[in-house]
Amino acid sequence: MGVGIEVTNLNAWYGTNHTLQDINLPVPANHATALIGPSGCGKSTFVRCLNRMHETNPVARVTGSVRIGDQDIYADASPVEVRRRVGMVFQRPNPFPTMSIYDNVCSGLKLNGFRNRKMLDEVVERSLRQSALWDEVKDDLKKKSGASLSGGQQQRMCIARALAVDPEVLLMDEPASALDPVSTSKIEDLIFELKSQYTIVIVTHNMQQAARVAEKTGFFLNGRLVEFDSTHKIFTNPSDKRTEDYITGRFG
Amino acid sequence: MVPPIPVRENDGAAVEPSTSAGASEIRKFLQSRGNSALADQTFKGLMMLCAFCIFVVVALIVVELILQSQPTLQKFGLPFFFKYNVDPVTKMPLFWDPVNGTFYALPFLYGTLVTSLIALAIAVPLSLGVAIFLTEMCPKFLRGPLAFLTELLAAIPSVVYGLWAVFVLVPLLREHVNPVFMSVFNAPWLVKAFGWTHLFGDDGLFGGVNLGLGMFAAGVVLAIMILPIIASLTREVMTAVPHSQREAALALGATRWETIRIAVLRNARIGIVGSIILGLGRALGETMAVAMVIGNTPQIQMSLLSTGNSMASVIANEFSEATSDLHRSALIEIGLALFLVTIIVNGLARLLVWAVTRGAPARVN
Ligand SMILES: Nc1ncnc2c1ncn2[C@@H]1O[C@H](COP(=O)(O)OP(=O)(O)OP(=O)(O)O)[C@@H](O)[C@H]1O
Ligand SMILES: [Mg+2]
Repeated sequence: MGVGIEVTNLNAWYGTNHTLQDINLPVPANHATALIGPSGCGKSTFVRCLNRMHETNPVARVTGSVRIGDQDIYADASPVEVRRRVGMVFQRPNPFPTMSIYDNVCSGLKLNGFRNRKMLDEVVERSLRQSALWDEVKDDLKKKSGASLSGGQQQRMCIARALAVDPEVLLMDEPASALDPVSTSKIEDLIFELKSQYTIVIVTHNMQQAARVAEKTGFFLNGRLVEFDSTHKIFTNPSDKRTEDYITGRFG
Repeated sequence: MVPPIPVRENDGAAVEPSTSAGASEIRKFLQSRGNSALADQTFKGLMMLCAFCIFVVVALIVVELILQSQPTLQKFGLPFFFKYNVDPVTKMPLFWDPVNGTFYALPFLYGTLVTSLIALAIAVPLSLGVAIFLTEMCPKFLRGPLAFLTELLAAIPSVVYGLWAVFVLVPLLREHVNPVFMSVFNAPWLVKAFGWTHLFGDDGLFGGVNLGLGMFAAGVVLAIMILPIIASLTREVMTAVPHSQREAALALGATRWETIRIAVLRNARIGIVGSIILGLGRALGETMAVAMVIGNTPQIQMSLLSTGNSMASVIANEFSEATSDLHRSALIEIGLALFLVTIIVNGLARLLVWAVTRGAPARVN
């Protein structure tokens, strides 16, 4: 089952660039939460703070607290532990080029010492089916390198890789920006279906997509969270003028 | 008024977070692995220990060299590296005469630096060319064998290079190559116009007697020895540049050379400088091959055709015969100096990299 995320007073920097300022945001458990906002406003940075990926950048800094379930991930846990619970799909697909498709998908399990062959097979098939890639790759799972797939296929493989470890929270940074409409709608169906078991945070530039998959939507602008409310409210009757300007395309 | 965007109603997917009772087998397995903080710390500690070992070894070497070279350090001090006596008969500078107890190290410093510079000047352009050819232009069926041969060259023992140099390279230089350089550098009009630079004419870079042996020959052998090192490492870093970078340049209409310049060499430059530094390190420290062709005379002459000596080869040549304490200690101090020269040259090269890449946008992830 998914767990809720409670973000309090989160600030993040890249060097002297104050990228996120005083973010307070409760992500409800077992829901999808969409993050929208213009390019460069800090959505990716925010998502990277939720699994302590931000701090892997040598010039980066974070303050504030993020609670996932009943654990403060910055105070009570090691980054490794956090990332085992929080899966992530990146904005650009990043397959391991020297691994086969099969090994890519089960790499999270294998590196943790999961050796049960039969179960690995099952997990790989399930994950690839969930990410709508199974039919395209099932014949050369172990023959083809992960990098030999098309961009969109790679992205779906990365989604499968994230799903394979059965995380409680799934962070998706524009997972569908490289996908065709058919795979996109499959991914959206997947998100919709996964909500019963996972907490999902999805960054998207596609407002229809946000509307289709997420119950909650947050609007970011210049490193601040301008508005966070139910998706319905954000898209029909936002309380902030800037949100309205953005979603109606009147934004400068 | 906001145009309506269809909002899919939440179709009753579970809303209440349930307890972890339903956690899957995989989740349970991963949770059973704890926080792994100990593993992370242990790994970090081990790696630090490895790095620390290097410091210890370097420090021990330096300390030992300093201790062992006390006699000359105390007797000559710093002038060990730049003073000389004057021969009463010939009126020539006299640097090194173990029999009469004269020990000044300048010719060895000079020989090491000059031969290494010659080596770099020849090997760097050639090896970049080899690496570019191998990564960017070579037909596929030749690539593997050629790359393998390059690496093989790097593995040949230096004494073999020395033998080859004595029997093949030195005669070749004497008969065919040096005469060309001599006729160019000693061309009357050049001597007349630029004689004041002391680069041309009888007292110039290619003046004097053409023995074949000498600094130039040593530099050429060194170049041949470091070429495969620089070429194979450079090839390695250039291969690591992602193909998408080349595509980015090609799609802008770049020619082959432009693509190599902005997409490959730029990305690989730090690695390339690194491989040049490694090659230089080999050149500075090379002993056998140099000792076999440099002529082993402790003198400083403008002419590259003249014989000389290098720090590494004087140590190798004389250490077994160094009977007096002072002679032995002088050789050890040269060893210490060679060590310092290597460090300084490396430092300068790093500084160069830093200066070149300083203005470049930082690449953070
Ligand atoms: N690796 C980095 N190093 C330095 N600054 C960065 C880095 N990544 C992002 N930034 C800066 O942080 C700010 C937020 O970037 P971020 O990637 O979070 O934006 P985003 O909202 O995800 O944009 P997009 O929609 O284009 O993906 C930007 O102003 C950017 O310049
Ligand atoms: Mg982004």
